[in-house]
Amino acid sequence: MNIIGVDILSFLIISPAILAAVLLFIPNKWIARVAALVGATFIGGVAAAVFFAYNSSIPGYQLELTVPWFEAIGASWHIGIDGVSATMVLLTGILTPLAVLISWEVEERVNVHMALILFFQTGLMGTFIVLDLMVFFLFYEISLVPMYFIINQWGGPNRKYASTKFFIYSLGGSLGMLLAIQLIGGSSGTFDMVALSNPTTGWPAFTGEGGTFLGIPVETVKTLAFIGFFVAFCIKVPVWPFHTWLPDAHSEAPTAGSMLLAGVMLKLGAYGFLRIVIPFFPDIWANPITIVGIEMTWAHIFAILALMGIVFGAFAAFGQTDIKRLVAYSSVNHMGFVALGLAGAALVYGETVLKGSVDAQMNQSAILATNGAVLQMFNHGLSSAGMFLLAGAVYHKTHTRDMREYGGFWVKAPIYGGIFIFMSMASLGLPGLNGFVSEFLVVRGSWMIFTAITAIAMVGLLFTGSYILKGIRMVLHGPFNLHWKDYNLEITPREAVAIVPLMVLILITGLAPNWILSVINATVTRIFGG
Amino acid sequence: MDLSLFFSDPNNLAWLIPIGPLLAFAVITLITNKAKMVPGTSGEYTDHNHPAYPGIDVPMVANWSRTASVIVGLVGIIAAWLIALMVIGYATSLHELGHEVLSSTAGWMDTGATTFNMGVQVDPLTVAMLFMVPLACTMIFIYAVGYMAKDPRQARFFSMIALFAGAMLTLVVADNLLLLFIGWEVMGLCSYLLIGFWFEKGSAYNAAVKAFMTTRIADLVMLLGIAYLFAATGTLSFREIVYNTEVLNGLVAMPAILIPGLSAASLIAIFLITGTVGKSAQFPLHVWLPDAMEGPTPVSAMIHAAAMVSAGIYMLIRMYPLLEAGGNAHHGEFTPPLLYMAIIGSITAIFAATIALAQNDVKKVLAYSTISQLGFMVAALGIGAYVAAAFHLLTHAFFKALLFMASGAVIHGMEHGEHHVHAHAHGQDHDEDVHVHPPALAAHSKAGHHEAETEGAHEEHGHHEEEHFDPQDMMNMGGLRRTMPVTFVTFLIGGLSLAGLPFITAGFYSKDEILADAWYGLTHGYGPHALVFILLALAAFLTAFYTMRQLGLTFWGEPRSEAAKHANLGKGLVSFTMTLPLIVLAVFAAIAGFIGVHPDLPILGAIFSPNGNPFHHFIGATLVVEPEGIPFNWMPVLTSIVVSVGGLLCGYLLYWRKPLVAGQRDPLISILGEQMHTTLKNKYYIDEVYTAVFIRPAQWFSKNVAYEFIDKGIIDGFLHFVARLFTWLGDFIKVLNKWLIDGVGDGIPELIARFGFWLRGIQSGRVQQYMLIVAFALLVLILIFALSTGVMQAAP
Repeated sequence: MNIIGVDILSFLIISPAILAAVLLFIPNKWIARVAALVGATFIGGVAAAVFFAYNSSIPGYQLELTVPWFEAIGASWHIGIDGVSATMVLLTGILTPLAVLISWEVEERVNVHMALILFFQTGLMGTFIVLDLMVFFLFYEISLVPMYFIINQWGGPNRKYASTKFFIYSLGGSLGMLLAIQLIGGSSGTFDMVALSNPTTGWPAFTGEGGTFLGIPVETVKTLAFIGFFVAFCIKVPVWPFHTWLPDAHSEAPTAGSMLLAGVMLKLGAYGFLRIVIPFFPDIWANPITIVGIEMTWAHIFAILALMGIVFGAFAAFGQTDIKRLVAYSSVNHMGFVALGLAGAALVYGETVLKGSVDAQMNQSAILATNGAVLQMFNHGLSSAGMFLLAGAVYHKTHTRDMREYGGFWVKAPIYGGIFIFMSMASLGLPGLNGFVSEFLVVRGSWMIFTAITAIAMVGLLFTGSYILKGIRMVLHGPFNLHWKDYNLEITPREAVAIVPLMVLILITGLAPNWILSVINATVTRIFGG
Repeated sequence: MDLSLFFSDPNNLAWLIPIGPLLAFAVITLITNKAKMVPGTSGEYTDHNHPAYPGIDVPMVANWSRTASVIVGLVGIIAAWLIALMVIGYATSLHELGHEVLSSTAGWMDTGATTFNMGVQVDPLTVAMLFMVPLACTMIFIYAVGYMAKDPRQARFFSMIALFAGAMLTLVVADNLLLLFIGWEVMGLCSYLLIGFWFEKGSAYNAAVKAFMTTRIADLVMLLGIAYLFAATGTLSFREIVYNTEVLNGLVAMPAILIPGLSAASLIAIFLITGTVGKSAQFPLHVWLPDAMEGPTPVSAMIHAAAMVSAGIYMLIRMYPLLEAGGNAHHGEFTPPLLYMAIIGSITAIFAATIALAQNDVKKVLAYSTISQLGFMVAALGIGAYVAAAFHLLTHAFFKALLFMASGAVIHGMEHGEHHVHAHAHGQDHDEDVHVHPPALAAHSKAGHHEAETEGAHEEHGHHEEEHFDPQDMMNMGGLRRTMPVTFVTFLIGGLSLAGLPFITAGFYSKDEILADAWYGLTHGYGPHALVFILLALAAFLTAFYTMRQLGLTFWGEPRSEAAKHANLGKGLVSFTMTLPLIVLAVFAAIAGFIGVHPDLPILGAIFSPNGNPFHHFIGATLVVEPEGIPFNWMPVLTSIVVSVGGLLCGYLLYWRKPLVAGQRDPLISILGEQMHTTLKNKYYIDEVYTAVFIRPAQWFSKNVAYEFIDKGIIDGFLHFVARLFTWLGDFIKVLNKWLIDGVGDGIPELIARFGFWLRGIQSGRVQQYMLIVAFALLVLILIFALSTGVMQAAP
């Protein structure tokens, strides 16, 4: 498929950057705003077209294209999508125009701000679409730079600290990944993710020369490479205890930045686990290791960290009085479920590769857990973006994030209140809205794989309720705080336009999830040999 | 798809039942709920639930919007009722309802190679619920027209109760546990929103949060049960699980995960029952329900009768074959889930009944009585009294909805009376509704934890008021029978039905059937049956007593306050819409029991059950094997009569023969003793214990441990340490540079300095310039890439 003479997936990657470059030369803020919105909406339309053009009944990657690039090091412009990346491309396509619309509230250096958002989109799209490790890394890092500037230049009072922490932390994680990529590429002579993922001919089957590589036992090499990826993606997801950059970055970023950070950027990490770490290292995930006398696997460690994220994320969110921090911690809590689902997938996939097969119950559980994890990535993208939008809306009007200074806003802002409750419930995982479907699938899947961990995770879900209700309670309930009597707190039409698509998608996905789940399910089922 | 063709098939018709209220919810929310602005001190807006806001305009529902929303809501629920009646007609005309059902499913979600189906089904149990729920809901809607007529947010109220009714109807027609759970949780949301409907009051929003969180504990356990059941059987369809002995036997044979010695069936059942313990307010998760009285009274009726708490019992009845799998209560074979239900249910029944004795709030008495009656049902299921539990669920729904709405009428009347008194005291014409109630924030906020945090912020507009008149306190009432005769008669009918007055009330028959089942087991020497029999009989006695106390305090004797003297519902629409439902429900509260009379009961059995107990046969067909009927025995019947009449008599002696006068102490205090009475009045201090043991530690842990200590202290502390380490390292190298390189020569440093000077030119500090460079670099990169790979040509 082509669009303006360019392959459609390449178009999705390149066009935001070109638009960004053009925007830099548009000093008029209104032209810049409109141009960015129209462009991002068009790109969003193309992303939707890609999603619906993807045919889930055909195995393998689609819209594939391989063009040599940097042949000297064995990299290539290999792009293509499966059900998982199609979902993520769609999510990116949806959220970017909404973020652009929200960032119309930015008044300083408008064109640069818009350009950074679009430039960021290039990084995201590229990461989700490319199938070459080297290029993957390139885009993975590209996404970091514009977000750093967005936080650093347009953020809240503590933006310098937050942006530096975000940048250094992420970059530090990426270094290990870069080494791991070099290790893999150097040893197997290719960076092609599809080839490397193959359990019988790819990286999992790599044995080096007589069990060693560069004089080091292959097991050690693999473990080191694994840890490189593991830490990098754990930071991005973020998995507990690599999460402390997130509350700072999210709460200091401007609204659009928070929306994209929480909505899409965190998914880069989860996507990396699914696309790289799980298929590349089945043996490391599932082989028993002994830690302080207890025999477990890396998958179990991952699941326990996920559990910590779910539980402590919820607790920490409950302990907040800053509305954006509360929402930020909710991401730690929700992404914990993604991680839990992925841990189940990793264990079962690893055992399948090691032993040749696992029993049908485990396989089915892993499929459902993975379905749940991927759907949760999409769902959290919608609901967290929505929550940040609403938190940003009230912050923009009151210039304070301290919920103790709010109170009774439902009196003066009934529509905002209704939307706030709707989004909160989506975030809470109310059945009938999207989050429930994915959380149920993760719980159902992990129950058979990590029974005790899943049971304890319910404590986290309980406190999800606590912090959500605390948010509603402190913002909306109570007598109206007359300090704000001269403020117009009601949602503005522009904010409403930006949030309605999210609400519609949340409701549709909650009531009839199969429009997206069938696509995810087909790919996931194939991963597990179904 | 041709919709009319689709819905002309009776199998598909049940889909339409919840649609009416759900559509009404959508229409009200999106279209008809429109606000007008009124001054924040206007009498239209402020009353004791809505504080005044001097100096600002506040939105409240516009007049046309109020009317339109009410109409939309009524149309929605009446449509559901009519369709439900049609469905009942179709269902009962089936040859053998039970073996055959009306059902319709559609694929909902892909799960690996299989698909999860969502659907609706109508079997005998559904029919029974479809008879009760839409009827009770319609009455509640009609009642709310009058009850909320002056509320500034009536349109919102109707949208919420419409969603509530829609969720309940979804739950009733669902053919699988997941759809049931969706309805279940949406109802949870609605109850949260409705309990906290007067969200400006501290007591209201605290009660709302409490209700949501307490039920959520149970719901999460239930979610595990659903997940486990889904994992173990691969399906959640009721038909495929509870109507399928093969699946049930498989679950019994499967050892439970994690817990040795238990079958999967038992563990799943325990998880599901725990869901009901929360939803149907069983001990120890009952604490939310009395506080839920903060909501407007129609909500109380909705939560406590027609919908939410019934849903918990309904789910247990629905899943009963699974709960019983591996055991048989009729033959004394108890599985852990059965014991769990028998013990929790009977403890709750007696425990809540004792608390109800000492409550003075007219709605709180009913709240505890609800908890107690739900305990009856749970206990009944625990001893295998399947049909009796379903029977009591129905009759209880009617008389409890009636009682709540009647108590609402009493409260409304008292408010009206108080208003009247107030208006006269101020020398105003009481018909002119301009009196401004001062904000009653201080009186209403219980200073919960959040409250403490926000106290400072709200101080400025929360000025304190002298002692607030409580229109719900029965000690302020008395003599209402004169000014509110219809309310009195209907309240009396409902109360007697609750007390189980022999032979002429519905409550007698359903309660008697539970006791009969328990007696049957007792005579066979089964311990749980004996426990249930004794505790329930005691609870029934207390029920009759506190009902009589409530009736006496409210309606008998002389008015104990000025407000009570003038209490009435007024005239016109308000009075009509609030009275009509009382009359309709009173009829059902009296006669609904006759569908389940034991055939061997002298005279009445011959009249109402000539061909065997009709309700028993009807509901029994829900199961694969119809449960055996219990042979008639005089003992439980006599017990029922004795406890009911005895309780009523005691109540009569204490509160009717010599009615309380103003200022007099409750005679119960001297009977129970001061200390006992205080303990009961304070609900055994369970709320205080929970606050101290769970809530405060959780808050402390969240803020101080999870956030401040772990995240800020340990993790960030480590990060900052590393950062400092590197900064220090950098400084060290800088110093090293100075020594070494400066020592070597000035040539290189000078070069560096020049480079630095040049660099400084670029580093203008303006982000546009940085960006320009980045963008330029990117553009070059893309160009190189495009030219070198030929993407543009290569695209097929």
